[in-house]
Amino acid sequence: MLAKCFRCVNCAARSLCLLAVFLASHALFAEGPLSTPSIFAPASTPASSIYELSLFVLAITGGIFVTVAGLIAYVIFRFRQHGQDDVSEPAQIYGSTQVELAWTVIPVLIVVVLFLTTARMIFAIQDAPKPKSALDVTVVGHQFWWEFNYPKLGIRAVNELHVPLSSPQDPKPTFLTLLSADVMHSFWVPQLSGKIDLIPNHVNNLWIDPQHPGLYVGQCGQFCGVQHAKMLLRVYVDTPEQFAAWVKNQQQPAVSDDRVAEGRHVFETQACMNCHTVTGTAATGRFGPDLTHLMSRDTLASGATTNTPENLREWTRNPDTYKPGSLMPAMQLSDQQLDQVTAYLATLR
Amino acid sequence: MADSTYPMPGSLAEAPRQRWSQAAILEWLHSWVTTVDHKKLGILYMLYSIFFLLVGGVEAILIRIQLMQPNLHFISPQVFNRLFTMHGTTMVFLVGMTYIFGFANYLIPLMIGARDMAFPRLNALSFWLTFFGGLLLYYSFIGGGGLYGQGNAPDVGWWAYAPLTSRAFTPGHSTDYWALSLIVTGFGTIGASVNVVATALCMRCKGMTLMRLPLFVWLNVVTSALALITITPLTAAQIMLLIDRYLGGHFFDTQAGGSAVVWAHFFWIFGHPEVYVLVLPAFAIANEVIPVFSRKAIFGYPAMAAASVAIAFVSLGVWAHHMFTIGMTSVGNAFFVLSTMLVGIPTGIKIFNWIATMWGGKIRFATPMLFCTGFLVQFLLAGLTGIMLSVAPWDWQLHNSYFVIAHFHYVLVGGIVFCIFAGIYYWYPKVTGRMLSETLGKWHFWLFVIGFHITFDLMHIPGLLGMPRSIYTYEANRGWGTLNMIISIGGLIQAVAVLVFAVNLVWSYFKGKEAGNDPWDAWTLEWAAASPPPAYNFATDPVVTSRRPLWDLKHPEDPDWKYE
Repeated sequence: MLAKCFRCVNCAARSLCLLAVFLASHALFAEGPLSTPSIFAPASTPASSIYELSLFVLAITGGIFVTVAGLIAYVIFRFRQHGQDDVSEPAQIYGSTQVELAWTVIPVLIVVVLFLTTARMIFAIQDAPKPKSALDVTVVGHQFWWEFNYPKLGIRAVNELHVPLSSPQDPKPTFLTLLSADVMHSFWVPQLSGKIDLIPNHVNNLWIDPQHPGLYVGQCGQFCGVQHAKMLLRVYVDTPEQFAAWVKNQQQPAVSDDRVAEGRHVFETQACMNCHTVTGTAATGRFGPDLTHLMSRDTLASGATTNTPENLREWTRNPDTYKPGSLMPAMQLSDQQLDQVTAYLATLR
Repeated sequence: MADSTYPMPGSLAEAPRQRWSQAAILEWLHSWVTTVDHKKLGILYMLYSIFFLLVGGVEAILIRIQLMQPNLHFISPQVFNRLFTMHGTTMVFLVGMTYIFGFANYLIPLMIGARDMAFPRLNALSFWLTFFGGLLLYYSFIGGGGLYGQGNAPDVGWWAYAPLTSRAFTPGHSTDYWALSLIVTGFGTIGASVNVVATALCMRCKGMTLMRLPLFVWLNVVTSALALITITPLTAAQIMLLIDRYLGGHFFDTQAGGSAVVWAHFFWIFGHPEVYVLVLPAFAIANEVIPVFSRKAIFGYPAMAAASVAIAFVSLGVWAHHMFTIGMTSVGNAFFVLSTMLVGIPTGIKIFNWIATMWGGKIRFATPMLFCTGFLVQFLLAGLTGIMLSVAPWDWQLHNSYFVIAHFHYVLVGGIVFCIFAGIYYWYPKVTGRMLSETLGKWHFWLFVIGFHITFDLMHIPGLLGMPRSIYTYEANRGWGTLNMIISIGGLIQAVAVLVFAVNLVWSYFKGKEAGNDPWDAWTLEWAAASPPPAYNFATDPVVTSRRPLWDLKHPEDPDWKYE
């Protein structure tokens, strides 16, 4: 019976080790973004440093586990009672100062090593100097979406963060300043860096220097209310040309198209503009996402669904379809109004 | 020692059997409500704890069903948030904080040769405060909506980070029920803790010096002292929260210059020592069970006692390791890395001492020992993932991910719940006079250990793959679906195991084998009393001369006191 138990535990431990190996090899061969945001597939210096540190810690803790679990297994098999009738008591031992001293000192040494390695890494990541070439972005967390301000570029992006590719030869790290407009959130894109909280009344900082272009996914890491689960994060790492093009587009005012004037009228006479901004129009609301370049984004509702005209219409009709509990109200628009406003929004490239 | 079980003149060891008339039932119920007997209060605490373990377990199962597949709509996000908040609050405050006093109340007077706790009435008051607090928390399902028609039960997470708890973000009364019920159960905990410390220090029988105190009692004293320190900031924070919500205070109101970080500090300076408040009584159980079933005295008694005190002391300085992602300075982070890693040292000493206790013994794997063995292995793993989390940069990745959920369930279930089961199998014969069924016990153990490992071993992995906690659903392309399905299946296996346990508790109460006074051939004083012990425990005050008074009686040729 007991043997079965330990075969079971061993089996679990072995499959865990196998998985760890799998994950590690996964990381070694992975280049760039994955749809599974594994912390073992880093693509930016802070995440890689953490990954290397984690392998070191795994090795030490793995060693401890094998040693101590081995001892436990040995004791269980070697010192079990043999037969019910063996009732004599074993020799009573009350302690041993030498042995106890030994197993106090060894853990102390392990702690010293672990602490020094960790402290070094904390200072290296957290206190890294900011190079002149760095891009500044201010991230503001909202229930349940992300606002990305580029103060030097005059851009207010939403939910999808665009950053330039960085390389050792041409370092272009992005330094994030993180704030919150309401409750606590947390910025977590595992392949790029560890997470940091967005806290009202408290400024935090984080930096990334992504080494491979592509789309990196993550999501809010601190419970922030009903739709915490659909506060998804998308970070687009652009090549210099892509990034320049994106910046250029975002800096334009909103497209003005007379063919969708009815839709614009609906937008500006219903409650939409109380919460949303469309640059160059009367809509200057700040409570919801900026819609000036809505159609330049791949997703709606902070990643809850893809950005197609059909989804946009349904989202406008009833946000609860994709994100029950989101703070955008269903405005009870008529079918005609919905068609018009969707047509208008679809022009905002 | 044998005559200590004789009834005193005028008392009855066992009530004469009578027919269950209505009056008799009422009188019986009344005797449980008005009792100040430490044993009855201990049983009440345990029943309360087990009841809420089942309630919290049902909540966990609903959560796991919702997470079985991506984009499921089994329950709404609103309900999901209430469930995980209630699951956490229930398991920590209504299960964890009450099992401690169940065991402590029942066993400490028996172990130290006393007739009751130091303050029997305070004991009853504490239990009923805790009882009322639990009811208040669950009443929120009915009354929490308030006039706003908002969600009913608390839905802000059991850590309830500000400013999500302010009235701007959580209207209605659910958060008020949460805060008030924790204040009330907190007062109950403080009363019970005062009682445990006073009892262990003042009520010991002749010869029971502090260095002869069973380790069970030692660890419960440390637990209670720690609870006295840590419940205070929690209660203070809850009162501040209520001031914010109803009297226009701005402690945590970030819109008016308050600080969300201050709440986190208050909460975790309670919350981290709380982990040790919960786990030390589990160690206490292991300290009794492992020696008896290994047939050896505990190895390194002074080191075990000292390590417990050290754990409690160091645990008061580690709280901000829950806040590595909140944006402390690098020096602040480094400090809490060091203090956290230091806790590993006394904890390691404990594990080594348990192994050394088993070393050279003749281990009998009855159900209590099976659970303690599971505890040893699992607590080792929980400690090692704890070290991983103490590495602040790695914690920036792991914090608030499923890795953390797996880690603390390893501590709370793999460590504490396993020890609670061990303790129940071990002392049930003393409490009821009947043995729990070993067959059902083995079924319970194997199902539970298998379910536990399926669930919580695998639960580490989605965390490493970027899955955060507290999400009611997840994207289909993240690759977390299969793992979550298997994790949920493990949860169902554990639920079946707990049902087997519940059946065992009831069945054995009526049909179990008669236990006798000392079914495990154990050494501490409680086994000298009758099973179940009479109201006065011992007819004459026992006198002890060593740590293992019953060993001395059974082995006059080689008594313990010779080695002191």
